[in-house]
Amino acid sequence: MILGQDPLYAGDIWDALPVTLLKAVAAFVFLLVSVMLNIWFLRKVISDFQNRIGPNIAGPWGILQTLADGIKLFFKEDLIPDNADRFTFKLAPYLSLVPAFLTFAIVPVGGDFNGDGSRDGLVTILGKPTFLQVADPPIGILFFLAMSSLAIYGVMLAGWSSGSKYPLLGSVRASAQMVSYEAALGLAVAAVVLQSGSLSTHDMVLSQSGGLANWAIVTTGVVPFVVFFIAGTAELNHPPFDLVEAEQELVGGFHTEYSSIRFALFFLAEFMNQITISAIVVTMFLGGPHGPSLFLPDGWWVGTIWFFLKLSFFLFAFVWIRATLPRFRYDQLMDLGWKFLIPLSLFWLILLAGLRIGDGNDWGLGNYAAWFIGWFAGVALLSGLLAMAMNTARSERLAEAAEKEASRG
Amino acid sequence: MAEFMTFFVAAVVIVTGGLGVIAARNPVHSALFLIQTLIGVAVLFVIQEAHFLAAVQVVVYAGAIVILFLFVIMLLGVDKAEDLGVEPIAGQKPLAAVIGAALAAGGIITVVAAVDGATGSVSAPGIGEDALDNGYTDIERIGRVLFTDYLLAFQITAALLTIAVVGAVVLTRTVKADDLLDDLEPASMDLAPLAPAGANDEDHHEPVDEPARGEVV
Repeated sequence: MILGQDPLYAGDIWDALPVTLLKAVAAFVFLLVSVMLNIWFLRKVISDFQNRIGPNIAGPWGILQTLADGIKLFFKEDLIPDNADRFTFKLAPYLSLVPAFLTFAIVPVGGDFNGDGSRDGLVTILGKPTFLQVADPPIGILFFLAMSSLAIYGVMLAGWSSGSKYPLLGSVRASAQMVSYEAALGLAVAAVVLQSGSLSTHDMVLSQSGGLANWAIVTTGVVPFVVFFIAGTAELNHPPFDLVEAEQELVGGFHTEYSSIRFALFFLAEFMNQITISAIVVTMFLGGPHGPSLFLPDGWWVGTIWFFLKLSFFLFAFVWIRATLPRFRYDQLMDLGWKFLIPLSLFWLILLAGLRIGDGNDWGLGNYAAWFIGWFAGVALLSGLLAMAMNTARSERLAEAAEKEASRG
Repeated sequence: MAEFMTFFVAAVVIVTGGLGVIAARNPVHSALFLIQTLIGVAVLFVIQEAHFLAAVQVVVYAGAIVILFLFVIMLLGVDKAEDLGVEPIAGQKPLAAVIGAALAAGGIITVVAAVDGATGSVSAPGIGEDALDNGYTDIERIGRVLFTDYLLAFQITAALLTIAVVGAVVLTRTVKADDLLDDLEPASMDLAPLAPAGANDEDHHEPVDEPARGEVV
């Protein structure tokens, strides 16, 4: 069954149709609206970072600015270059957009995961018990990897079919980058799958429910989370990994020749991917919709509220990174991917597998050994980096002072 | 019924994709048709409940191998329609026809021999009825078979791939003469600077009115 272990599909398939349609349409509308809000949020927060006001004309706090921009782009003239490969040129924006939409289908956006897990994350829609996710395929998280590898085609073919130099360079960079980081991404996913024992996103959330200590960020020892977040950022072509569209070198990268609504579709896909990858991070590492009900009455909405809180945190983190970090150089990008992230995540996967075997053989390592190792390694790494940075700054200051002394004397 | 319908649609997708691969004049279009075929095959895996194979089909073949094809096509600059009248190797066309016919015949014979048409029994002898559904998911079954019965083949393949990668690196990385001189200081460093002192200082520049990044949309 492609839609998975959802009890909705246990009976007659036609009975399940209205609920399925409802969920699909809700996910579609949610994605479109949240992309709109996300772009507005990004511009507002970046404005604050840069001491500007940002959009403030359309709607209260400029909240309708994205809608206005979208309408403007819709009515602009659509240009197709003479050199373009016309069919591929028109196809490419949809090749980036469709995987972006589809990936969100596997994310559980809510459900009752509290208590001892006996409620199994079920909610009742139109009188039918079901999961709050469009689909729960048995391949689960592999579907995300498959879609992210298909999304490369949009960027690659857009660059090639434009029939000009800069887009081609941008798209060759993009595909090399995305293929390189996919390996680290997959290894980080494998670490989580090792802990949850299932590829299904619903089972992943279920295995993390029951307490903060069960969240995969703790049980896999932080490192896969960091690797996944960095590799995911690179997979998105999000700053500091946005060499694909480096304005100073490539004009605009793969979408240089695109205008009007086709250009807007690329950006829609990009921001949608940002939301999707945040949602996947929340699902895989932070327990998805799991969280205590606190002062709210117990019920299915608690999960949804927690999910959106966690999602918003990551959306903010993406804006934060975008506003703070300068772009990587291409060789640095490749070094980080191949020489650091892949060996690290491979080592960590083997370590986790070893701990897992130790668990089975009663070596008395405990469940959270990985967490302690990861925590100490992380603290050691960070303090090492901090000490290095402080040393560099100190020696530069000293050199500068010495130079001033020399020029005065 | 649902399975037949899905098979029919997927088969049409696969066959048109396959025809497109050989009929398209532009290599990039051929690669696109190849993706179509591969995804159709993934759908066939799904209706056979081989979900893992379907995912691997998309991730590895559509997601990595065809990307590499496209990479080579774009980097070599052969992404133009080719003149099919010229034969780079003499006698290539008749030879291709013979080999193609032999392959097709082999395929048909295999299909006929594998079903009960020829032998009276379905293929895969030696595996019991329950082998395909003994309570494990398809991933567990593949894992078990791969790491027990076919462990040697698996490891040989892994070694082969490693050797290929190392070999490729060794063949392409040649030590350039310039690299050997790296630790010598260039003579120009000893020359007096041409620009006046302070002109190249990094903190000496005019403030520029740049539009902020992130203001694209």
